[in-house]
Amino acid sequence: MHVKAPDRATAEHPPPTRPADRSPRNAAPRRHSRRIQGLGYAAPTAVFVTVFFLLPLLLVGQMSLDDWPLLAGDQGVNAPENYTDVMDSPLFWPAVRFTLLYTAVVTVVLLGLALLLALLVQESRPGAGFFRTVYFLPGAVGLASASLLFWGLYSPTTGPLSRILEHLGLVDDPVSFLGTPTSALLSTVFLVVWKFAGFYMLILLVGLQRIPHEVYEAARMDGASRGQIFRSITLPLLRPSLALSLLLCVTGSLLAFDQFFVLTKGGPDNSTVTVVQLIYREAFQRLNLGTAAALSILVLGALLLLNALQFRGLRRSDES
Amino acid sequence: MLTRALGRTPHYVVAAGLAVIFLFPLVWNAWASVSAQPGTAQESGYGLGNYRTLLDYDAGLWRYLGNSALVSVLTVALTLGVSLLGGYAFARFEFPGKNLLFLLTLAILMVPYATLLIPLYVLLGRLHLQNSLLGLSLVLAMFQLPFATFMMRISFEAVPRELEESALVDGCGTAGALRRVMLPAVRPGLITVGLFAFLAAWNDFIAPLILISDSQKAPLPLAVANLRQQSMGAVDYGATEAGVVVLAVPCLLLFLLLQRHYVRGFMSGALKG
Repeated sequence: MHVKAPDRATAEHPPPTRPADRSPRNAAPRRHSRRIQGLGYAAPTAVFVTVFFLLPLLLVGQMSLDDWPLLAGDQGVNAPENYTDVMDSPLFWPAVRFTLLYTAVVTVVLLGLALLLALLVQESRPGAGFFRTVYFLPGAVGLASASLLFWGLYSPTTGPLSRILEHLGLVDDPVSFLGTPTSALLSTVFLVVWKFAGFYMLILLVGLQRIPHEVYEAARMDGASRGQIFRSITLPLLRPSLALSLLLCVTGSLLAFDQFFVLTKGGPDNSTVTVVQLIYREAFQRLNLGTAAALSILVLGALLLLNALQFRGLRRSDES
Repeated sequence: MLTRALGRTPHYVVAAGLAVIFLFPLVWNAWASVSAQPGTAQESGYGLGNYRTLLDYDAGLWRYLGNSALVSVLTVALTLGVSLLGGYAFARFEFPGKNLLFLLTLAILMVPYATLLIPLYVLLGRLHLQNSLLGLSLVLAMFQLPFATFMMRISFEAVPRELEESALVDGCGTAGALRRVMLPAVRPGLITVGLFAFLAAWNDFIAPLILISDSQKAPLPLAVANLRQQSMGAVDYGATEAGVVVLAVPCLLLFLLLQRHYVRGFMSGALKG
C-alpha cells in the first residue's frame, strides 16, 4: 500500500559499486553469497507469513465449505450450505445495515474532527505541542479499556454524564445512554471519536506539514481569503493524507468489534450487532466454525472489492 | 500587537475547550476509581478499596498483570527480531521472491482480523499452542509485521550504504555489520516499532478472547471485561474503573516517555500515502 516511498528512495540512490564487486573474479560468487544471506535474513518473515497468514487463509477457505462444529472438528464437505445458512440468518442483513450505518457516521464525524484538530495544532505557536499530546493521549489507551471506561461514564446511576445533564437542566430523569438503538449508536460513536481523533490528527498533520509555505504566501499575495485558501489549497493538497485516513477509518469501522462487545453487547434488542460480532457469535456461541468461516470469507471478499475500488478511484483522480 | 493577541484568543478557547473534553474521561476515571460509590468496595471516603477488590478477583490481579506482561514482552521481542532481520533483507539484499514476500507481508493489513482468528483457533490447536500465551504472542506478532517490516525497511534504507560497506571492508560479515554498525543507526525505527507492538499486545482484546479459554491465562483486558460481566448480577463499577486505571497507566506513561520518537516515526514518512 505504501510501497512507493522506499522505491523512490532506492531510485534516488543508485547502488554504488560495492568494494566486493570491484574484482571481477570474485563478483559472481559474492553476489551468490549475498543472495543466500538475504534469503537467510528474510527467512523468519517468510516462516511467519506462511504459517500464521497464508496457511490460515487457505484453511478458512476450506472451513467455509465444510461442516465444522466447534468441538467435533471437520465433518466433511457440505458446500454451499454454510453460505446459504449465513444468508438465511435473521441477523445477517440487519448486521450488514448497522455496520454500514456505523461506518458512515464514524467516518464523517471522526475525520471532520481530526481535520479541525490538525488545523488547530499545525502552526508552531506556544502550546501547540501540549495540545497535540492531549488530543493524542486517548489513542494510547486500548479500545477495550476505553470501552470499559465509557461504560462507567455512561452509567445512569453512578456515571457523571447523566448528572451533568440533569444539573444543567437539560434532562429531568437519569439518561440511559445505551438504552435506545439511536442513543447506543451515538454513544459508541462518541467513544470511538474520543479514542481515535488524535491518531487521524497525526496523519493529517503530516500531510499539512508537507504543503510548501510558498503556496500559501502566493495565495495571500493574490488576496485570497482564509476560506478560499482552505478550499482551493489546503483541501486539494491534503488529498493523499485524507485518502489514507479514509481508507484506514472505513476498513477499521467495518470490522468494529471491541467497542460493541464491551459497551452495548449488541443491544438493545440486537440493534448494535456488527458483522464481526456475528462471526464471533456463530463460532463461539452457536459453536459452528463452518458458518463463521463462510461469513469471514464474505467479509474478506467485500473488503477486497472495496479496497480495489478505492485504489482505482484514487489512481484515476491522481492522473487527472 | 493587541489585535494579534485578540485574534488568537478564539483559537485558544477552542483548543482548550477540546483539551478539557479529551482529558475529562481519563481524569474522571482515575478519580472515580478511588472515590466512594454505592455497591463497590469503596462505600465512603477516598481510598484503594476498589484496587483491593481487583487484587483478589478470580486468579488475582498479579496473575493477569503477569500474563499481560509476558504476552507483551514476547510479542515485542518477536516483532523486533523478525522485522529487524526482514527489514535488513528487504532494504539491502537481492534474493528470489523478495518482492512477492514483501507484498504478502503488507497483505496481512488487508485481511480482517476476525477472518484470520477463526482458522488460527483451529491451527493453533493442531500445533498444540491453543490456549497458550506463546501462541497468542505469535499471532499478535504476525499482525504487527506489515507496519514493523515497512518501518524497518525504511529505517535501513535511510542509512548511508558507505557506513555498512566500510564495515564489510574492515572484515565484518553482514551479521557483524548489522550488529555493530546498522543496529545503532536504526534505533529510532526500532523504538517506534517496539512501542507500537507493545501498545497493540497490551491492549488487544479480541485475539485473547478467541484464543485463550482458560481464565488463569487471560491477559488483563479480558480479565477486567469478564469482571464486569460475571459479578453475579451486581455490577461493580468501582473495580472496573480501577482495572481501567491499571490497564491505561503503563500505556500513557510509555507514550509520554517515547512520544518524540513515535511522532518522529510518523513524520519521517512511515505514513506517506
